[in-house]
Amino acid sequence: MLKISDMNVYYGSIYAIKGVDFEVNEGEIVTLIGANGAGKSTILKTISGLLRSKTGSIEFDGEAIGNTASHTIVKRGLAHVPEGRRVFLQMSVQENLEMGNYTQSNKTMNQRIEQVFERFPRLLERRKQVAGTLSGGEQQMLAMGRALMSRPKLLMLDEPSMGLAPLLVEQIFDIIRELNKAGVTILLVEQNANMALNIADRGYVLETGKIVLTDSAKALQANDAVRKAYLGG
Amino acid sequence: MFFVSHLVNGLQLGSIYALVALGYTMVYGIIKLLNFAHGDFIMVGGYIALFSLSTTFFGLPPAVAVVLTIVGCMLLAVVVEKLAYRPLRNAPRISVLITAIGVSLLLQNLAQYFFGATPMNFPTHLLIPAGGITMGDVFVAYTPLITIIAALISMVILTYLVQRTKLGKAMRAVSEDTEAAQLMGINVNTIITFTFAVGAGLAGIGALLYGAGYPRIEHTLGVMLGLMAFVAAVVGGIGSIPGAMIGGFAIGLVEALVTALGFSEWRIGAVFLILIIVLMVRPTGIMGRSMMEKV
Ligand SMILES: Nc1ncnc2c1ncn2[C@@H]1O[C@H](COP(=O)(O)OP(=O)(O)OP(=O)(O)O)[C@@H](O)[C@H]1O
Ligand SMILES: [Mg+2]
Repeated sequence: MLKISDMNVYYGSIYAIKGVDFEVNEGEIVTLIGANGAGKSTILKTISGLLRSKTGSIEFDGEAIGNTASHTIVKRGLAHVPEGRRVFLQMSVQENLEMGNYTQSNKTMNQRIEQVFERFPRLLERRKQVAGTLSGGEQQMLAMGRALMSRPKLLMLDEPSMGLAPLLVEQIFDIIRELNKAGVTILLVEQNANMALNIADRGYVLETGKIVLTDSAKALQANDAVRKAYLGG
Repeated sequence: MFFVSHLVNGLQLGSIYALVALGYTMVYGIIKLLNFAHGDFIMVGGYIALFSLSTTFFGLPPAVAVVLTIVGCMLLAVVVEKLAYRPLRNAPRISVLITAIGVSLLLQNLAQYFFGATPMNFPTHLLIPAGGITMGDVFVAYTPLITIIAALISMVILTYLVQRTKLGKAMRAVSEDTEAAQLMGINVNTIITFTFAVGAGLAGIGALLYGAGYPRIEHTLGVMLGLMAFVAAVVGGIGSIPGAMIGGFAIGLVEALVTALGFSEWRIGAVFLILIIVLMVRPTGIMGRSMMEKV
């Protein structure tokens, strides 16, 4: 469904992503793990068209999207929940969801907003509330709900567990699993490698801009080097 | 009686400042650019209105002149954005700022070249009839009355546009977080073009009302008007739409008040004094959010 070949990304003279290849197949949960600054967010931003790769190609759903504008990529069914949630803090919960619907028809919007509220009942109670007043967990739910409004085939999540209490992290990961069961392919970036590998089918390990290891999630959890570096021994 | 007429003057001037300030603030909100050419859009609008209305030139009906002026300003702004600002989208802010000053000078010089340096007389009463209405023992001329009403109507429509429509919401989204807006599928370039067009449309209305109220059109008309409106936008809180409205009226009223007290040559100084005081007390302006709130 998503195939990255030879991705090279620079920030000015900083060489951030150094020849990365990987793929995500339809129906999978794939996780990308790596330490701070490894380049995980950069890869997601490049896939969604916010940054450009100097070389290689990005193929999504059979089409090359390496030079496609980010607003068109969203329309094709690739949604990105960015690091730090990035909900519109001055807009209400409802308006945030409406923004998520930007590429979609208005006719079915309310029905799909109700579906988001069914999945995240906490948001329903806060429908009229400005997003800036939500807790971190609620903002994460809103960011995910907003992304779902674009009816993605592939959902990319950048550190959804960041800064959340363990119980909430469980909840968020349950929802990711449910979404996947409902047919959404998932590319999950996490520092919480253990949780991510628990729900993932496969994983890639990223170190300073390069993929150094890839395997099934089970095998990665059993791998000594991975355990030492990312799973706390 | 004396007080009321000065109040009306202040509101009339404030209406125009507010309309112009809105253009500054909207563009700033979207791309963090102080569009110094904005005042000159009004100058161009003033000439369009003058030529289309004046019987020595085209002598068009007022409604047609109004539409031509507004559309003319919008087109000008869209072209300026596309040719001058868009290529600099990722350039340092100072480059864009200098470009804006360049565009401003270019427009002024073009106007001088084509229309001369002598001020031209705006045919006020071809746009707004002479006379007025008497309320109790107060006489209010049509020009200030229509100016204030037209500005208020424009503001109501703008507020509706920004708060309720899809494009307006997208504008707010881009202004709050451009990257996140792109991830929603919003074409940021479209929204920027739209913002310039709306801001310039308001400038077009401002140009018509300015011409009607202060009927001297010259190539430097936008300089002082633009500066005062910019001050109004900053006082109100740059980037804030209600702020620009409040700031515009506030500055207009201050000018009128100082004039009423007999210090008319001090009115500009008074405006800047207000600016300094507001910036000392609330550095982000009356309606501006503090930077802390954003983090
Ligand atoms: N806007 C930028 N300008 C310059 N360098 C950047 C920029 N953004 C990221 N980098 C650099 O690129 C590298 C990869 O950053 P990236 O944000 O992709 O890492 P990450 O794996 O997502 O880290 P984290 O887990 O902390 O979110 C880092 O060395 C970072 O310093
Ligand atoms: Mg990151």
